[in-house]
Amino acid sequence: MLHDKDRIFTNIYGFQSHQYKSAKKRGDWSNTKEILSMSKEDIIKKVKESGLRGRGGAGFSTGMKWSFMPKNVETRPHYLVINADEGEPGTCKDREISRHEPHKLIEGALIASIAMGASVAYCYVRGEFNHEIKVLESAIQEAYDLGLIGDNACESGYKFDFFIHRGMGAYICGEETALIESLEGKKGQPRLKPPFPANVGLYGCPTTVNNVESIAVVPTILRRGSLWFSSLGRPNNTGTKLFNISGHVNQPCTVEEELGVPLREIIEKHAGGVTGGWDNLLGVIPGGASVPVLPKKICDTVLMDFDSLREVQSGLGTAAIMVMDKSTDIIAAIARLSSFYKHESCGQCSPCREGTGWISRIMKRITLGNAEVEEIETLEEVTRQIEGHTICALGDAAAWPIQGLIRHFRPEIEKRIAAYKSMKLDAA
Amino acid sequence: MSELKSFKFNDKNLKKAKLIVARYPKNKHHSAVMPLLELAQRQNDNWLSGEAIEYVAQELNMPTIRVYEVATFYTMYNLSPVGKFHIEICTNLPCLLRGSSSIVETCKKTLNIKIGETTEDKSFTLSEAECLGACVNAPMMKINDDYYEDLSNETTENIIDKLRTGKTIKTGSQQNRHTCEPIGGLTSLSKQNNLRKKILENL
Repeated sequence: MLHDKDRIFTNIYGFQSHQYKSAKKRGDWSNTKEILSMSKEDIIKKVKESGLRGRGGAGFSTGMKWSFMPKNVETRPHYLVINADEGEPGTCKDREISRHEPHKLIEGALIASIAMGASVAYCYVRGEFNHEIKVLESAIQEAYDLGLIGDNACESGYKFDFFIHRGMGAYICGEETALIESLEGKKGQPRLKPPFPANVGLYGCPTTVNNVESIAVVPTILRRGSLWFSSLGRPNNTGTKLFNISGHVNQPCTVEEELGVPLREIIEKHAGGVTGGWDNLLGVIPGGASVPVLPKKICDTVLMDFDSLREVQSGLGTAAIMVMDKSTDIIAAIARLSSFYKHESCGQCSPCREGTGWISRIMKRITLGNAEVEEIETLEEVTRQIEGHTICALGDAAAWPIQGLIRHFRPEIEKRIAAYKSMKLDAA
Repeated sequence: MSELKSFKFNDKNLKKAKLIVARYPKNKHHSAVMPLLELAQRQNDNWLSGEAIEYVAQELNMPTIRVYEVATFYTMYNLSPVGKFHIEICTNLPCLLRGSSSIVETCKKTLNIKIGETTEDKSFTLSEAECLGACVNAPMMKINDDYYEDLSNETTENIIDKLRTGKTIKTGSQQNRHTCEPIGGLTSLSKQNNLRKKILENL
């Protein structure tokens, strides 16, 4: 269990002001100039050593990602792009950072940018976050007024500009290359990789796209040391993480915990437990809509980190824990996610464009039971045809929840189909 | 008919548009298309007419079709008129698990319209939305620029009622809760419990 002294986001609930004066008391901007006086290589090395893995879902080493940027700025400028297009169902952590800890994000953006040779960062915030955008904008203005960013950021000699770019409602723009396309003023359709953004990103220039949380924790890591961060959590899954616990719990909430915290413990300690008690649990989607559901048996013991969840064929994703008790119609629940992916497919790749529609239609029928048992195989086959056959991971994200459903709740589907058949027989 | 009106930014928005374009590198002004469309939508009673889209294309010196592509790709651009209050109810899984279906029914009943419709007096438009990113405060809805969270049927009715009569409403959580903390009391950052108490007393 994480102690308060090791928490990074000490204003995550917004009981204190988001403004500079308060942020400064919480430790933000306290020795930024000193941090910026380190060499770029040293900053990147320290972030690597902390073990920080990207907080947006993929879990790739943040320091490693930064090191892919060209060492020197030549004719093309470098860019940092921050992904605040938070839209993964179940996820609401970047929102809290944006509205309650904006200075952590701005300071992190400054440090990350300097480490990668960028003098401009764009923060792509989902358009629905109107209030959060206003808070961020006011914090950015404060930072400019105080000389923390701008022509001579924190008197470091570096120039750094920070801009908000507002999304307008497209889940796909959370994918880094779709986000870059969108930032360039186009439809948000993902690009083929390679080339990777570190080579050819925004405006064809070297670009790194990082999640809000990954950037916002950087100043604290550099201040308190890589060793401090890596001593929290578990090997290869270090540090603290914001978790969103939603669904059938007594007290849904957002909380910062250590990676590797047992799922049951985090639900019982922070979210007041599953409604009706732990034995009333049906299953949990542990990392946002894109990761496979886990049945209670696995939830009993699983740890909340990248590797532990991968071992049980799911994922940490964004660490958005969606809890479902025994009153849940699990087929209808997964069907709702399928209709989401159908709605959000950008339409560029046929397997995803067509497949998400097929999945959603079959799932709607299966929810009623109006299907043949063999169609479970068909459904599984459709997901295999999408998975790995699209430009971006939305296809995989649409496939995995279905695969998880079939893996763990197949008897439930068969029962539903049988019940429908016998109802039809009775009616005949 | 508002559809036939030609569209131009007012002086305030012209200034804003200039500042927006300046955020992007000199020859990359196309990046400003999304924020300018948003600005146009705000000026145009929250929807984008063909004239508004063409105007933005002109301003940015972009082929009109490119701007149409953007305007039709992103769901927050309304391509037909909407009511004065646009209610969008999140019905994605975390909200569904906490009763969003009932909130949808309450809105339909109170407003006497279906999803996708606008009331006759043009006051309310009702939509279903995909995840709006406030999942630990489910069920929730967005009305124009604001979020209303931790809804019940009663608080939902109450909000609509207050909008009708022009009364002010507290945005955010509709329960005894500040933001995303556990409602029963803090389980972390416990030193802030007194601060929390004070804030909740003032609600």
